[in-house]
Amino acid sequence: MNDLLTHPLKTSTGRTIRSEEMIINMGPQHPSTHGVLRLEIVVDGEIVVDVIPHVGYLHRCFEKHCESMTNYQQVIPYCDRLDYIASMNMDWAYCLAAEKLLAIQVPERVQYIRVIMAELQRIASHLIALGTYGLDVGAFTPFLFMFRDRERILDLFEMTCGARLLYNYIWIGGVSHDLPPGFVDKAKAFCKYFRPNIKEFNDLLTYNEIFIKRTANVGVLPKDVAIAYACSGPMLRGSGVSFDLRKDDPYSIYDRFEWSVPVGKGEVGTIGDCWDRYMVRMREMTESLNILEQALAQIPDGDVASAIPKRIRPNAGDAYVRSESPRGEIGFYIVSDGSGTPYRVKARSPAFVNLSVTPEICRGSMIADLVAIVGSVDIVLGEVDR
Amino acid sequence: MGLLDKQFNNSNVIITSIDGLLNWARLSSLWQMQFGLACCAIEMMAAAASHYDFDRFGVIPRATPRQSDVMIVAGTVTLKMASRVKRLYDQMSEPRYVISMGSCSNCGGPYWEHGYHVLKGVDRVIPVDVYVPGCPPRPEALMEGLIKLQEKIRNESLVRKTA
Repeated sequence: MNDLLTHPLKTSTGRTIRSEEMIINMGPQHPSTHGVLRLEIVVDGEIVVDVIPHVGYLHRCFEKHCESMTNYQQVIPYCDRLDYIASMNMDWAYCLAAEKLLAIQVPERVQYIRVIMAELQRIASHLIALGTYGLDVGAFTPFLFMFRDRERILDLFEMTCGARLLYNYIWIGGVSHDLPPGFVDKAKAFCKYFRPNIKEFNDLLTYNEIFIKRTANVGVLPKDVAIAYACSGPMLRGSGVSFDLRKDDPYSIYDRFEWSVPVGKGEVGTIGDCWDRYMVRMREMTESLNILEQALAQIPDGDVASAIPKRIRPNAGDAYVRSESPRGEIGFYIVSDGSGTPYRVKARSPAFVNLSVTPEICRGSMIADLVAIVGSVDIVLGEVDR
Repeated sequence: MGLLDKQFNNSNVIITSIDGLLNWARLSSLWQMQFGLACCAIEMMAAAASHYDFDRFGVIPRATPRQSDVMIVAGTVTLKMASRVKRLYDQMSEPRYVISMGSCSNCGGPYWEHGYHVLKGVDRVIPVDVYVPGCPPRPEALMEGLIKLQEKIRNESLVRKTA
């Protein structure tokens, strides 16, 4: 870009060719914006000069609903609909904050069920993220393979709570139903079935020459920029920062399991490029399987409803709890005025924060790479706009 | 040809009405506009993917409104988005159909009461042919909605002008 600006092209007669910037509008209806994101792109020829994301096309008044409900439990379905690809993690994050406010200790079995659900959900979420990322850069088959495996996870969820996508399963102090008979065996069978499939995905997509060409050295997010913008999740870890709340600020029972935090190493390009972010997600699925297998082996018996409070009326005060969703650090800040409804619920959503770094990493790239970069951020608009 | 193989041995002539033939062709290749709004879009993707395989109904996603026959409004339509949905609908060429998928686009769904930024039903901006209830509807439900739409198309007449 700088070459063209400092040394303008000249015709053979010595006349300078004029070049000017143009604004292109991408979205809100665009198959690669993963929802209703609108990007205002300033281009000079094919080179992206600036990107301005416009949000708010899916603003569903989350905070207003939290204030307007008649009790704390009724907020949970709206948390489901924040990050609709990882509903379990959202429910859990909200319940963690509410439990901190109420100072509830949840039973051992509930802790294990929640970890199992959250890790299954993480795999399902990453399968969507990676599958649609393949679609973005032109690979259709991996999408079908990944959705095939995702359906198996959804079958497990459906068996537990009857819903496929939005569960309302994790309740304050417990879960809505105990695991059905046979669940543990089926989940173990899933782990056994799924582990070899990750290799299949790698063969299909990860080390595919065309895929590497499209993603390596594209959209490089340096470590310091990622930290300065408060990125989290695979976005931050892709840049080589080993930061995972399950490891670094363990909540629930995550400190009991043996697993590692995958980070981007720049194997096929630069550290922090799109391929690294993709690969972190791919490796996280293996780590989730490791946690799952340990949790399924250790899960104790017990009553899942014993700690669910009949009436929730916390003392005046506030609580903030953060946890690791598939997209990064999800935090819920609840303010209570001592009544039966929350005074305010604020969600710190990882996708919104990760999206804000997009202009930084898009500048200077080709317009065709923009789709690859936006796809690798893995945004969910429900959570961005709330 | 599978289903049609060796079915027409005696002659190559079949007798049907123009409407019957045209409608059969139209309802067997309904291209949907690839356009997701919110949670329901994930179920729509699942319906199009390997497990439910919408392709067998001839439904394939097209990313442009100008080449698509049916718009599946999958998700919450906000006030900011409503004018865009209308514009996309206007860009589609006739004959065009709309399936409203999920409670949000049917009537506002869970955001009906307090959603100050949510349109209470997409039928306030564009005409809807089939409503699919659910929050979100299962892919089977969407499939049922699609079959209902096919039924509707089957009973239409392109030759005879309706009043």
